[in-house]
Parts: sequence; structure tokens; C-alpha cells
Amino acid sequence: MSSPMKVRAQVKGDYADIKILMSHPMETGQRKDPKTNQPYPAHFIQQFTVEVGGKLVVQSETGTAISTNPVFGFKVKGAKAGDKVVVKWQDNKGESRTDEATVS
Amino acid sequence: MDILRRTVLKGASASGVLAAALGAGLLKPTQALALDWNKAAFEAKDTPAAMKAVGAASAAESKDLKLTAPDIAENGAVVPVDVSSGIANTISIAVFVDKNPYPLAAAFNFSNGAMADVAVRLKMGQTSIVRAVAKTSDGKFYTASKEVKVTAGGCGG
Repeated sequence: MSSPMKVRAQVKGDYADIKILMSHPMETGQRKDPKTNQPYPAHFIQQFTVEVGGKLVVQSETGTAISTNPVFGFKVKGAKAGDKVVVKWQDNKGESRTDEATVS
Repeated sequence: MDILRRTVLKGASASGVLAAALGAGLLKPTQALALDWNKAAFEAKDTPAAMKAVGAASAAESKDLKLTAPDIAENGAVVPVDVSSGIANTISIAVFVDKNPYPLAAAFNFSNGAMADVAVRLKMGQTSIVRAVAKTSDGKFYTASKEVKVTAGGCGG
């Protein structure tokens, strides 16, 4: 099982600032094991979605050039304190994870 | 398709039905998110091919698309990049690193109040042009770019 995401959402003026830290190795498939000289198999998040207050706000596709333990930041207009934020990712091995936070 | 997906997600967050369905093999993991990962674009080996694969072959330079990235990245494994579009009706943003083995890093679609503004951290194998492409709701593409010098790569062993 993967570790939980850290999701923080704060109202700043007329928008909510959403920061997401995912816990994932984001293995590119380019790195080689120095002992065997074989590449480590690619293992990376391919898709994620962000919902605020039950509405889809961000839908993303990602490749191997996203850093290990990815961090993303978004701004959502009209989000209010108390709105639920739901983030879901899925990687190239079919593993997935969903975590929630509340806009403050 | 979208309605089905929403139902699945709502059901999952309410009761963990999705986990049960996955466990029972009723739902293939690849169906859990109803997005299609653009394999052709993410596996394109140069930026023009990747841009073509996302439909952005003819993107115009725009000053209203702001790409913020460091001039020099000491650690190519974590390069913070911000892209913000002041172009009206921007519905999606994609980020490319020209000299990476696969230039397309990520693409984001915005809806329901999400501003066309995204912060990401990229891996860069070497000094390269980082490029953002914005798409508007009328199907036009705009681009902005910046060179980031990398003193230690993020893709090697």
C-alpha cells in the first residue's frame, strides 16, 4: 500500500490554494541497478483528478518527468471553507489511491 | 462515460465499494479513472512529436502565458516550475522538457472554477528548454518557454 497524500486547501481571497503532496517513487525506467546493470522498471503516476465540493476541477495526465513524491499546486475559484477536496491518482501498474481534505 | 465515472468515485468515497469491486475483480484497475493516458504523446521522443500528439503542432508564442522556473537548477531531480495562463478561456496546460528522453511531463485540464495555474516539480536530465503549452476552449494553442541550466541531472543512476 502506498502512503497517504498530504492535501492542503486554504481560501486566499476569491480562490482556494490547493497543495498536494503524493507519496510515490516515480521510477522513470531510465535508472539502472548498478549491480545487475538492468534498468529499474518504470513505476509512475499516470493520471490524477482533483474534486472540490463534488465537482471535478483538475484532471491530469503525468509522465516520468514528474519528480519523486510529486507536489502539485492549483488554484480554484469559488471554493469555500468546508468544501471537501478529493484527490485520486492511478499509476502505470494500476495501483491507485484516494485521499481527502477540507478547504479551510 | 463521465457520469459513470462520477458515480463510481462517489460510491467509492462513500462506502469503499470501489475497493471491494477491485478485490473481486469486477473492475479492472485501469478502469478506475476514466481518463485515457495519451501514450503516443508521453512516449514521443522529441518535443515537436509530443506537441503534435497533443494536437498543439502550431502553437503561437504568447506573453500572457507565464512560465516561472529557476535559471539554474542545482538538482535536476526536483525542478520547481509554475505555469500561469492569463489567456482567456484557457482549459488546459501541458509542460514539456525538450531534452528529456520523453519530453512531455504532464498535462492538466481545468474545469469548474479551477484557474489555469499550476505548480509542478520536474525531473530534468540535463540543461534544457522547458516549455508550456496552453489550450483555449476555442481550440487554439499558445506557448511559452524558458531555458533551465541543470548542474546535476535527475534521470541518471
